Amino acid sequence: MVQAGSTLTARSEFREGLKDISPMVIAYAPIAALWGTIAVSKGLSPLEAFLMSLGVYSGTAQFVATDLWHLGLPLAYLIFTLGTVGLRHVLMSASVSRHMQGFPRGKASFLLFWLTDEAWAIIERRALTTPLTPAYFFGASFPLWPNWALFTLIGALVGKAFGDGRAIGLDFAFAAMFIAVLAGFWKGPRTGAILAASAAACAAKIWISGGWYILIGGAVGMLVAVLTYREDT
Amino acid sequence: MSLTASTLIIILCAGLATYGTRLAGYWLLRNANMTGRTKAALDAVPPAILMAVIAPAVFLQDWPEMVAGAVTIAAALFRLPLLVVIVLGCATVALLRMVV
Repeated sequence: MVQAGSTLTARSEFREGLKDISPMVIAYAPIAALWGTIAVSKGLSPLEAFLMSLGVYSGTAQFVATDLWHLGLPLAYLIFTLGTVGLRHVLMSASVSRHMQGFPRGKASFLLFWLTDEAWAIIERRALTTPLTPAYFFGASFPLWPNWALFTLIGALVGKAFGDGRAIGLDFAFAAMFIAVLAGFWKGPRTGAILAASAAACAAKIWISGGWYILIGGAVGMLVAVLTYREDT
Repeated sequence: MSLTASTLIIILCAGLATYGTRLAGYWLLRNANMTGRTKAALDAVPPAILMAVIAPAVFLQDWPEMVAGAVTIAAALFRLPLLVVIVLGCATVALLRMVV
């Protein structure tokens, strides 16, 4: 009976995760198709683009990788560059690990493959109010993966005939979702200081190309949190 | 539909690199005893990263994005459901772009 009960809970947890991430599943489609189109223009076959979306599964990393590898650079350089591009995922993984302490290590490591920016935001939002379960994590992260790969393939095959979704504002969905999630993290003036600092720091985007501004904004926000820390809280 | 061995190797290595970054934070801090300043720093990660993504997407863009950003923030502060906030943001940006 206990087992039946936990299966039932797992199923509803999965469904809630799926429900929460579903707007992003839709918003991802044109971005994936756009990447597929660009990948083919850089000389990848549709099959290679599809496999890359399955295996690498990070929009930023995929753009960087296709940019770099035709330069004939050593593999170690590519891996190092992708490691730095993905540094924000180290922070996200560290922050989400606070809510995964009850997960078996193997299961947690398996689930973390699907930790994208979007899934991470939804999962952190959930953890504000409800203890995180593996089933919720899976429901909120996994569905983006086959969708990303499938629409990469469609974009690679159909090409530019597929619109980029700008006409209906889909390119804004990511920012809108992050704003909605951010509202839940407000805990008074100290949060305000963190937000002001990271907003100012990511002006670095103007001078530094690539995804660095996210990491810089995150690090400066953490620094402010440490500096404004008081024992009483 | 071609697939060369060198491309496959690149895909595998690139995949390992991105998976590595997703595992690293968890494996480094899995057993960490989080108190005091360490905890404060980690608690700041979600708001700081979210803000770092949002700010350039809203403030370093054209005015439709800025206005849509304000509408989205208002909707989020009213604690409207996630889907409603996203749809409002996208619809505002789409409408304003039609005007431009």
